[in-house]
Amino acid sequence: MLCENCGKNIASVHVTKIINGKKTEMYLCESCAGEKGELGFSFEGKFPLHQFFSSIMGFPGGSSEKVASAGYSGLQCPGCGLTYAQFGQIGRFGCDRCYESFGTNLLPLFRRLHGSQKHLGKIPARAGSHVKLKKEIERLREELQKKVAEEAFEEAAVIRDKIRKLENRISSGGEKNER
Amino acid sequence: MNDKEKAKYNSPKDPLEEILMDNDGENKMQQKRRSEIVSKWMEGTGPDADIVISSRVRLARNIRKMPFPPLASDEQREKVLQAAKDVIRNSRLQESGFEMLEINALPPVFRQVLVEKHLISPLLARENRFSALILRKDEIISIMVNEEDHFRIQCLLPGLQLEKAWQETSGYDDILESYLDYAFDEEKGYLTACPTNVGTGLRASVMLHLPALAITQQINRILSAVSQVGLAVRGIYGEGTEMTGNLLQISNQITLGQSEEEIWQNLYSVTRQLINQEKNAREHLLNEGREKLGDRAGRAYGILKNAWMIDSKEAMQLLSDVRLGVDLGLLKGVPLKILNELLVLTRPGCLQYLKDKNLNPYERDLERAMQIQKCLP
Repeated sequence: MLCENCGKNIASVHVTKIINGKKTEMYLCESCAGEKGELGFSFEGKFPLHQFFSSIMGFPGGSSEKVASAGYSGLQCPGCGLTYAQFGQIGRFGCDRCYESFGTNLLPLFRRLHGSQKHLGKIPARAGSHVKLKKEIERLREELQKKVAEEAFEEAAVIRDKIRKLENRISSGGEKNER
Repeated sequence: MNDKEKAKYNSPKDPLEEILMDNDGENKMQQKRRSEIVSKWMEGTGPDADIVISSRVRLARNIRKMPFPPLASDEQREKVLQAAKDVIRNSRLQESGFEMLEINALPPVFRQVLVEKHLISPLLARENRFSALILRKDEIISIMVNEEDHFRIQCLLPGLQLEKAWQETSGYDDILESYLDYAFDEEKGYLTACPTNVGTGLRASVMLHLPALAITQQINRILSAVSQVGLAVRGIYGEGTEMTGNLLQISNQITLGQSEEEIWQNLYSVTRQLINQEKNAREHLLNEGREKLGDRAGRAYGILKNAWMIDSKEAMQLLSDVRLGVDLGLLKGVPLKILNELLVLTRPGCLQYLKDKNLNPYERDLERAMQIQKCLP
């Protein structure tokens, strides 16, 4: 069926108006419906991604009251102030800390979107050295326990100092110096 | 038709006159602007260029402890833009042919041209607050600053070249990373504003021309199979656009839990299969009725070469018919390069940029027909 207004495009919007009890019906294409202001909403983002997220995350309907009553309102990211409920509505994180702030609540979302929760790709050189330091610390801790069990306390103390040094490097962002 | 339109109809500009004017060098501006619109990815070269028009890879990257652009304040956005400027200076990107275009300094029509050339997203084109495009001279590499993520690094190549696109993009990612502290998490990978990009932050896509699959009515069956293997199918102007001119874009949806190589290789192997299916369908059509196909291409060429007015949809369909004829050797002397360029030159933004004024749909149809006449050999 063609649009009743321009007669050119396929009609995809059915407008029913009831004014003073008088009913009028029209079949319009999207652009005519938009121009005539027959739509109370914009056509941008035909696919409402945020609603999709809301449903995945188990938000009842996406409206803030409903979300609040569902008990999600408490979560808020200290980095940017975004609440979990707001995230459900806009479908976007506010900052990198949101990922940590919303924590395990996000896991079902990642599973549904990606079928996975674990990054297997590229690692930035910086974070890479960070990861290496962490692995080294883990290894030293195991060695430390072994030495303690063997009552080799002097060697254990040396290892303990090594661990402290590495931990300091991580916390001071010292891994950058490696570059 | 209203009176104004009737008046125009009664005194149409002679297309030939315009061409002559151009050749005499009268309209230098339009020639210059046309050469600005033409981009390297439209070259019609590269592997499988008869079916794959272009390949693209983009990476989404953000700076640690800085709100993502949608939620960032003006000061924070300015800081990100400044960081981008510092990277360009310190890494000597300028010397290797990069320049930065700040979006708020660009006229709206030129922003639309950039969108139609696939160099920026519609979102960035609307963004007036401290957003920019960092563009390499050959337009193969573009970096969007303060779009949905702080940085989006893109490589756009002609033909099927996903591996090269990935390597190039990753190389510039390494350069940026050596100056910027990226938001990265061991578990979740690169952290992005939208959860659909987290992990690799990688979106790989190919733009395909599949006329024989469309003619033989196999396209829907094939596309639904494609979407079942985790790939998204769209029209060539992104989300929500329909398939016109038998062109479509296929991209990965999953960004977390697969390596970058797995992601682009998966897209690559599906693309290879689509190429084979399209080739089989072309073979079938040739065997069924070579004359019919040649006739179809010749008629399409005739309309394109002679029409005074043409709307976008019809132009795209006819360009598709001509392209198929060229691919099968039934129509000679029309380079793929011209057909690719026309896909972009006939978009509303480009037409208005060429004409240096706003055009209503009626005027655009006139101008579109004019540009096609000029460009087709």
